Amino acid sequence: MVVAKQESHIIAAIVEHKPGVLYSVSNMFRRRGFNIESITVGPTEQEDLARMTITVNGDETVVEQMIKQMRKLIDVVKVRRLDPPTTVIREMALVKVRTPDARARSDIINYANIFRARVVDVSTEMLMIEITGDSDKINAFLDLMKPFGLEETARTGITALSRGTRSVRME
Amino acid sequence: MAKMTGAEALVEALKRQKVDVIFGIPGGAILPVYDVLYDSTIRHILMKHEQCAAHAADGYARASGRPGVCMATSGPGATNLVTGIANAYMDSSPIVALTGQVPRPMIGKDAFQEADIVGITTPITKYNFQVKKASDIPSTVKTAFYLATTGRPGPVLIDLPKDVQTETAEIEFTDGIEIRGYKPRYDPHPLQVKKSAEMLAQAEKPVILAGGGVILSNASPELLKIAELLTAPVATSLMGKGCFPENHPLSLGMVGMHGTIAANKIILEADVLLVAGLRFSDRTTGKLDMFCPEAKIIHIDVDSAEIGKNAKVDLPMVADAKMALEAIYQSLNQQMKTKESPWRKRVQVLKEEVQNKSNNNSKGKLKPADLLEQLRKDLPEDAIVTTEVGQNQMWAALHFKAYRPRTFISSGGLGTMGFGFPASLGAKVACPDKPVVDIAGDGSFIMTEQDLATSVLEDIPVTVIVLNNAMLGMVAQWQRLFYNRRYSASELKGIPDFVKLAEAYGAQGFRVESLTDFSGAVRKAVKSNVTTVIDIPVSPEENVFPMVPVGSGLKDMIWE
Repeated sequence: MVVAKQESHIIAAIVEHKPGVLYSVSNMFRRRGFNIESITVGPTEQEDLARMTITVNGDETVVEQMIKQMRKLIDVVKVRRLDPPTTVIREMALVKVRTPDARARSDIINYANIFRARVVDVSTEMLMIEITGDSDKINAFLDLMKPFGLEETARTGITALSRGTRSVRME
Repeated sequence: MAKMTGAEALVEALKRQKVDVIFGIPGGAILPVYDVLYDSTIRHILMKHEQCAAHAADGYARASGRPGVCMATSGPGATNLVTGIANAYMDSSPIVALTGQVPRPMIGKDAFQEADIVGITTPITKYNFQVKKASDIPSTVKTAFYLATTGRPGPVLIDLPKDVQTETAEIEFTDGIEIRGYKPRYDPHPLQVKKSAEMLAQAEKPVILAGGGVILSNASPELLKIAELLTAPVATSLMGKGCFPENHPLSLGMVGMHGTIAANKIILEADVLLVAGLRFSDRTTGKLDMFCPEAKIIHIDVDSAEIGKNAKVDLPMVADAKMALEAIYQSLNQQMKTKESPWRKRVQVLKEEVQNKSNNNSKGKLKPADLLEQLRKDLPEDAIVTTEVGQNQMWAALHFKAYRPRTFISSGGLGTMGFGFPASLGAKVACPDKPVVDIAGDGSFIMTEQDLATSVLEDIPVTVIVLNNAMLGMVAQWQRLFYNRRYSASELKGIPDFVKLAEAYGAQGFRVESLTDFSGAVRKAVKSNVTTVIDIPVSPEENVFPMVPVGSGLKDMIWE
């Protein structure tokens, strides 16, 4: 498979769930000059293991090197690249938007509904919206919100799972 | 199970790893361990700088094949180890570094002599630990030694908070360890073995390129067999020097920036290149896309991340060099016989042709090449030579022939000036019956010469040969060639007087100005078994040639 240069790739890793592991992974990326677009870490179904989802940018050779270098780290138990067409990819964002008037407020709520986003906090001057989806969807929503005045956004970064029975887990 | 302190558990765990010597320097945060060592059978060698402790452990490991151990206190003691650890990491040398740390409640409070040594050494260790409780010490030590010595070897650090050392706990020494993220692979894949044997059997101009991995996996006998079966000439990297006897007709010597003319020329003619335990460093390959453009490359490495990291290869093989070479040999042996080939002739002719091409800028002074050839004659085959870094190192690589693995010890990847002398002390401790010689330059030796005191006090007699050009010679060479002879900050002006320096430490010092005197001094040093410094004035104008300038391919080698 020939992948165009500088495309985004998603790497999923099962790592030891203990202090210093995130440091050793991110430090390896830094020192080898690999760029991380986003990294998310969370516990897994097994309490002594954590799962990292790393989105990176690079050509085929670079991504292969990244995976090999990750695999080489002692605390990294399993690494795999996720193939986008067969992967569910999600990101969540919390967005605070200014609501100068009632018209704006109802427009924003309408947009949020169209995007299947939820209003999670309301104040006289702001709405806070929770939106989940792939990054493109979130970007599109943020673009729509911009004219109203984006007060603050917090994005989680990408997390992903392969569809079907193909899994990245300890046997 | 037994009740003991963390420090006692540590020393017991080290004994169980068959550690017989530790190179170190005590200090506040490691005192509980030193207190236990006081009654222990483990020999402690008091170094004069922690950097030297790490290099000595490294030299010990390289000479013996057993892991070397160094120890230091927290803070500056630990950070002084860093260069030595980085050096061991770059050259895949198995050392275990033990550091004291401030007590657990003080960590993160910027306490006196606190340094985040685990954070600092993360990118330069294979793995590191901070022990959180005394009962973890046995398994931590066991895992540390296992990691340091298996797969691709490398340094491992164990950071020991002081209150963990003094804590009393029920300590259990278990046998098994389980590291689920670490499964080194040694067996070559049978299909890749078959394919590489086919490639090699069909090759008309096979060349073998062997690196430090061949020494680490003790694969020299297999390498020799396969080279003779194929009549393939063998070039090595600096790290591989000694893995193939350099007096063998098929030996080309070292390849690369300061490789031999024969190696750099022949490798370009190869049609199949068998590469074992070598990571295609820039100093070995020159400009990568001009390196063996015609050759199909078979790459054996135990570290899968080395495959494709630098060079594109045609047949990768993630395996132990010894097992892979043996498997390829067996496969080859079934399908071919050694034959007189035009390739062998070509190699022979080229080797003879280039033999006498050697420059002369010696200005009436002794030539390093002659000195090193003479040194070879004066030392037994099993003598161990270490080098410093710079011209001395490259002259040694070019002109001192190594016949056996683990007899040529040099700082390859990191290029650490000051490495050779403490490494020679470690090598001598590992191999007390072999003469050990550090081939040094004046610039490198003054970086770690204080450990002459260790050599004398601890009765570790080694010989230091100072090729003294009163310059930082390699820096000066680059300034001469690429900076219009502007010798910015590279002149050392012959200070100090190395004979007097040796004497100040209670060692013997000689200054020699003829080959005969040099030979006499070497023989005397080896025979007397007394720490000796031999100071030899050489010309500051002397260059190391051949040379492949940075950014050029091997074909652009210059030799005068």
